Amino acid sequence: MPERLAVRKTYKLFIGGAFPRSESGRSYPVSSPSGETVNASLASRKDARDAVRAARSAFPKWAGATAYNRGQILYRIAEMIEGRREQFIAETRDAAGVDAAIDRWVWYAGWADKIAQVHGGANPVAGPYFNLSAPEPTGVVAVVAPPDSPLLGLVSVVAPAIVTGNTVVVLAAEDHPLPAITLAEVLATSDLPAGVVNILTGRPAETAPWLAAHMDVNGLDLTGATDPELATAWERDAAENLKRVLRPSPDAIDWSADPGTGRMTTFLETKTVWHPKGV
Amino acid sequence: MTAVIQPTDLRAYLHGLPGVDKVGAEQRAAMLGTRSIKTTSKRAALDLAIRMVDLTTLEGADTPGKVRALCAKARHPGGDAPAVAAVCVYPSMVPVAAEALRGSGIHVASVATAFPSGQAPLPIKLADTRAAVRDGADEIDMVINRGAFLSGRYDQVFEEIVAVKEACGEAHLKVILETGELATYDNVRRASWLAMLAGGDFIKTSTGKVQPAATPAVTLVMLEAVRDFRAATGRIVGVKPAGGIRTAKDAIKYLVLVAETAGETWLDPDLFRFGASTLLNDLLLQRTKMATGRYSGPDYVTLD
Amino acid sequence: MSFFEYAPAPESRSIVDIRSSYGLFIDGSFVDSVDGKTFKSVNPATEEQLAEVVEGSPADVDAAVAAARRAFDTVWGPMSGADRSKYLFRIARLIQERSRELAVLESLDNGKPIREARDVDLPLVAAHFFYYAGWADKLSHAGFGSDPRPLGVAAQVIPWNFPLLMLAWKIAPALACGNTVVLKPAETTPLTALLFAEICQQADLPPGVVNIVTGAGETGRALVEHPGVDKVAFTGSTEVGRAIARSVAGTRKRLTLELGGKAANIVFDDAPIDQAVEGIVNGIFFNQGHVCCAGSRLLVQESVQDSFLDALKRRMSLLRVGDPLDKNTDVGAINSAAQLARIRELSAVGEEEGASRWSPACELPDRGFWFAPTLFTGVSQAHRIAREEIFGPVLSVLTFRTPDEAVEKANNTPYGLSAGIWTEKGSRILAVADRLRAGVVWANTFNKFDPTSPFGGYKESGYGREGGRHGLEAYLA
Repeated sequence: MPERLAVRKTYKLFIGGAFPRSESGRSYPVSSPSGETVNASLASRKDARDAVRAARSAFPKWAGATAYNRGQILYRIAEMIEGRREQFIAETRDAAGVDAAIDRWVWYAGWADKIAQVHGGANPVAGPYFNLSAPEPTGVVAVVAPPDSPLLGLVSVVAPAIVTGNTVVVLAAEDHPLPAITLAEVLATSDLPAGVVNILTGRPAETAPWLAAHMDVNGLDLTGATDPELATAWERDAAENLKRVLRPSPDAIDWSADPGTGRMTTFLETKTVWHPKGV
Repeated sequence: MTAVIQPTDLRAYLHGLPGVDKVGAEQRAAMLGTRSIKTTSKRAALDLAIRMVDLTTLEGADTPGKVRALCAKARHPGGDAPAVAAVCVYPSMVPVAAEALRGSGIHVASVATAFPSGQAPLPIKLADTRAAVRDGADEIDMVINRGAFLSGRYDQVFEEIVAVKEACGEAHLKVILETGELATYDNVRRASWLAMLAGGDFIKTSTGKVQPAATPAVTLVMLEAVRDFRAATGRIVGVKPAGGIRTAKDAIKYLVLVAETAGETWLDPDLFRFGASTLLNDLLLQRTKMATGRYSGPDYVTLD
Repeated sequence: MSFFEYAPAPESRSIVDIRSSYGLFIDGSFVDSVDGKTFKSVNPATEEQLAEVVEGSPADVDAAVAAARRAFDTVWGPMSGADRSKYLFRIARLIQERSRELAVLESLDNGKPIREARDVDLPLVAAHFFYYAGWADKLSHAGFGSDPRPLGVAAQVIPWNFPLLMLAWKIAPALACGNTVVLKPAETTPLTALLFAEICQQADLPPGVVNIVTGAGETGRALVEHPGVDKVAFTGSTEVGRAIARSVAGTRKRLTLELGGKAANIVFDDAPIDQAVEGIVNGIFFNQGHVCCAGSRLLVQESVQDSFLDALKRRMSLLRVGDPLDKNTDVGAINSAAQLARIRELSAVGEEEGASRWSPACELPDRGFWFAPTLFTGVSQAHRIAREEIFGPVLSVLTFRTPDEAVEKANNTPYGLSAGIWTEKGSRILAVADRLRAGVVWANTFNKFDPTSPFGGYKESGYGREGGRHGLEAYLA
């Protein structure tokens, strides 16, 4: 009996909840879990533009969702990543990394309805005023995903940005895009609203400058920008509309370590509301 | 040209007035209290304040002798100080005051309508009013029915004011809101409009028998009300803060409040009064200080 | 002629002793510049010279940064939080004790009314030092880790609108967290910072912990670009903030920016009208409108537009413009000839673009820099006066019909510093506040500040927060 001929997968972009090919029609070769070379979409600046548009239109509803709802949706995603555990292990060849990624996602899911209590609160002003500070999401965040630790690293930059209500455009690791695409498939079938996470495969060196300079992007996570010169150039571009920038770490990141809240707070704004107290 | 507002639904009308933010109103009043008045203006302000005083005695222990002494002081407060606006007494003392003030141009004001609580049947309040007018009062300071106001019976309050106004005849009617019992500035604003709509010639803060009495913020809200009432109807209603204004410094702060809120039209004894007893002496002391350059003392003003 | 005139009630300027010239404050003492260049600080109300001040050169900046580094390494960094705290309490007390002197000097150098310098700026300055003084030995409880560390040397550049208050917002948290600072005050308002330097001496603050380098834009650039600084904190225009963000790109310098704004002050038809009028007036005419969070766009609901504008104009007619040292003055002098030119230019553009201009009758002094309180009606979002920060006493009035339209217009700007809401309906306040993209939302009040309350912007109004527990984050690693 001859061996069954496998159905091969086409790897596409993830924009606005759909899986389009790059508008440029380009692709680039990457290796599949089974070792053969497959084609991944090579995103263009126009794909980046479309992804920003999708992220922007998803933002008000996602930011306005209740924290409990966002937490529920994120936890559900963790369940679904768990369901695809074997596939992720095949794609990353790193079982411990996949498990850690699932646990990390669960950890961030739980932050949804706690971050405002930890980072906000009442301020005892010297006057007859109610005064409350609460964190709010920054907006659309462009994320250059780390090239190492393809799933754990990816999850560790995406989850903290969206759990607080931001929407993201993620530039997947150039050489290991497949876990990102599989994650996109998880997200597409989860309850996450379309456009909250958009994933572009290809060359960050090509698309990141467009995102860094994009005037409708509010934050830029350069964690995966390993070339210091490029990182500096992108940070400089980001200054044009005062994006909140998370710089690449000067040292190698231990993705298994406690991440703290910094990745969330970098893309949070504090809003303070005053109101007089009087009968 | 005056336009008459006759709301068919008083409650809807009064509750449709803009709200008053307590903190903001108090801050505005406090800020105006920081205005600094110097020399010439201060001198004129002191004399104006004296001319605005309703020199008041409202004690159970009042006697004809006490009232006559007060009237003498009203005519000649001291030195070349001008006479005060009015002497304000209980109805039983009106004949005495009217006699003592005859020919002086000083008004005889009387509290009526079962002052200070207002807790008497309407016919008694009206009889009280008519008696005071008959005996020579040309200004009547009535109290509103706060119980009725606070329980939302605005029509009742309105009709009582209308009835008292009618009983006043030619006498001017000052409507005491007793703001210390109204609890909120929103209520002060509503009561002010209610009193003006019902025909009051003046709105007055307090009886002086309830704390807090007049405050700058309450007076600010009432000044806003007369300003807006004039804009809406063309009719000018006066304002009288009463109780708790004891110093010349306070009085001048009130005048600033008047000038910057209702406008200078109201800087007139026909439109703004101080209901006070001890204020006059401090105004006189400050006046003397300005004239002589020395601080004066209580031995140099009369006790009445 | 009105019956009731306020006579001038000038605060005595003799309370403050202004030297004819000042050096730089480096390493605990006043020193001359390396290259001796100076500039003049003038009183904007009279155009008289107040003092001659050093224009700090790159070499001066070097010396100041070196002094700050030494102080950080040897004294201030190793010092216990409790001792840092006590130094800051000392400074706070000295500010209270000398507050009248500081208020008069601020009014002279800046042009702001003495009433505001005395009743707003100075109490807040002292309160800010008191607040952060108490944090210095409690940082491990602040939520930034169990052992938060200072960053090192902070380069701080502040604007001219609230010279001493902005100094306090910068220096108090930096010092509380264990950093040392080099601060550059604005070129038009350096004097209170130099008096503050004297207060540091009086407090026996160790040399080098606070260094004040006066100068203009080039001095500021030398400071923020200096490789020896670990932290840059800037308050000023978005344009300069952008340039600073570019210049620190690729470095390890931490950056916080407090930039411009074009705040909407939204008046709904059920607002407490009299307080709303006060709030609008305070929102745009406080400090001559030289306020980054000024409510420079009035969004008024169409149904109350006419009566509200009548009330607003009536209130504006009562504003007393003139001598900043007169205790009765509400609106003082424009800070500089350059700023006056910009306000005039944008106001002219407003007229050219078809908006109607109105100002109350008011006599302006002959000398000095003055601009009458100004109202533009018939303004649309497309007008430049609705989009650009004027930073002067100029209010643009727009209208809206529905809450959605109000929110859309309020958010339709690259800025996001502050906003105002006026309505008696509580649920509307909360819903609208949620949707406004602004760092500070004042509901039924405006332009209120407190050391415990975080302040800072969204979008191009900058990043980071000053004030409160949040304000510590900018100075901790």
